[in-house]
Amino acid sequence: MSRAAWSFVAPALAVIGAFFVLPTAAALLLSFTDFDLYALADPANLRFVGLRNYLDVLAAPLFWKALVNTLYFVGVGVPLSIGASLGAALLLHSPLARAQGAFRTALFAPVVTTVAAVALIFRYLFHTRYGLINYALAHLGFAPIDWLGDPHWSMPAIILFAVWKNFGYNMVILLAGLQGIAPDLYEAARIDGASRWQQFRHITLPSLRPVLLLVAIITIAGYFQLFAEPYVMTRGEPLQSTVSVLYYMYEEGFKWWSLGRASAIAFLLFVLTFAVTRALLWLNGRGERA
Amino acid sequence: MSPRAAAILVNAALAVVAALALAPLAWMLSVSFMQPGEASAYPPPLLPAHATLANYRELFAHAGMGRYLWNSLLIAGAITLLSLAFNLSAGYAFAKLRFRGRERLFRILLGALLIPAQVAMIPLFLMMKWLHLVNSYGGVIVPALASVFGIFLVRQYARSIPDELLEAARLDGAGEWRIFLRIVLPLLRPIVVTLAIFSFLASWNDFMWPLIVLSDQQWQTAPVAIASLSREHVQDNELMMAGAVVTVVPVLALFLVLQRHYLHGLLLGSVKE
Repeated sequence: MSRAAWSFVAPALAVIGAFFVLPTAAALLLSFTDFDLYALADPANLRFVGLRNYLDVLAAPLFWKALVNTLYFVGVGVPLSIGASLGAALLLHSPLARAQGAFRTALFAPVVTTVAAVALIFRYLFHTRYGLINYALAHLGFAPIDWLGDPHWSMPAIILFAVWKNFGYNMVILLAGLQGIAPDLYEAARIDGASRWQQFRHITLPSLRPVLLLVAIITIAGYFQLFAEPYVMTRGEPLQSTVSVLYYMYEEGFKWWSLGRASAIAFLLFVLTFAVTRALLWLNGRGERA
Repeated sequence: MSPRAAAILVNAALAVVAALALAPLAWMLSVSFMQPGEASAYPPPLLPAHATLANYRELFAHAGMGRYLWNSLLIAGAITLLSLAFNLSAGYAFAKLRFRGRERLFRILLGALLIPAQVAMIPLFLMMKWLHLVNSYGGVIVPALASVFGIFLVRQYARSIPDELLEAARLDGAGEWRIFLRIVLPLLRPIVVTLAIFSFLASWNDFMWPLIVLSDQQWQTAPVAIASLSREHVQDNELMMAGAVVTVVPVLALFLVLQRHYLHGLLLGSVKE
């Protein structure tokens, strides 16, 4: 039976091993070499350089700029996205809501759209003179904002786009979490005279805690991989204010063909993502014991 | 607050959020029917003054959009069909067949989910170059033939298949593959649909890897092609919106038809044991 079982798993494992595990290990090796255009032409030009790629990257101002931009995107974008998801899930979960199915479909629709295509829509919606967003803001009495041309507004614009694009995903997961909370808990709280806010604070949020943690980890890991949005909307401009770490890796690797250095950047991003999600789990564990 | 006022408030809030979610898509559709240059005006027009198909004609006649959509369809279709075969058999085996090291292997696979795909991309590109798969459909299809997420999804679902059913078939002398094809696959039908729509949407919408491995225009997928078109046609709002429409509508339509299966998979995939 064991042999038959292996015939079921071997094809998939071979693909994952050859096209994911092996290249991941190779990336680590590559990051210790000076693999570039010359090595691409003739592997004999390849040299082992130790940690030089890492030191070079850590000494490059653009890396730090990209890192700060990415942390800005994650630090502001993740809480905003999850907040929007939670708000929408609470609305959908309300017993007062009508046509929940239709509303859920509408709110989820942006998630399934193609990011490169809808980023184009937002590039025009954010247009300084002709964009609908500035037009709407003008009605509220705001002066036009140069969303994609002003380095202070470019990242907020990308964050708004990302929230629009992604909030539906977590909304569906959180909605399932809300539906899993026992109604008796609310019933008991009402009898004790707890207000709506107290019920939310002391029943809803603690019950959702594991789901919120899961959603936070998925979203953080996803947002660290920011790439298509700046590629389509801003090309990393203005003044490199939207260059993300992955965008920096792409340019180093596939524009300048410094593949060794790009591998080092990829590993640094991986370590960073891993550290942040680990820290979150650790904080959660401490919070639970407290 | 009276219950009636609360009901109005909740539903009004939902309507506003739904409008915000759909407005950009509606605007895209509207602008795609405008005359070239019409959308670059203040105040921004919401509907075309004289609706025209000129942008779509331009897109297919001169910008080669038909070719890009065909590339996308072929790549996403091939990945969907082939990866189903790989992921279904592996996911079923991890759930129901006994073999040495099963649990450990599965834990290692789950651990691999933590590693972002981008880490592997650079060596993968070199491998594809070596295999002569750069600038070919194979360069996108081959690495996507199996996925840890797909195996995980199938395993979660296949665990509910009763062991007695499989044992009975074995006593009748049926081979493992015969049992899989005749008994298991029909039971797995709901997860097949779910996994198929997941794979299709993910490969259709994918951007970074196709951008890297398909640099030649003739092989490009629709998302990569409209991103590069938009760099040439920065001012051509209406044309680009038509390009966005033809890229987004296929996946949006597929989702609308099969959304029950899609949402089911999303929840199954995000629930830990």
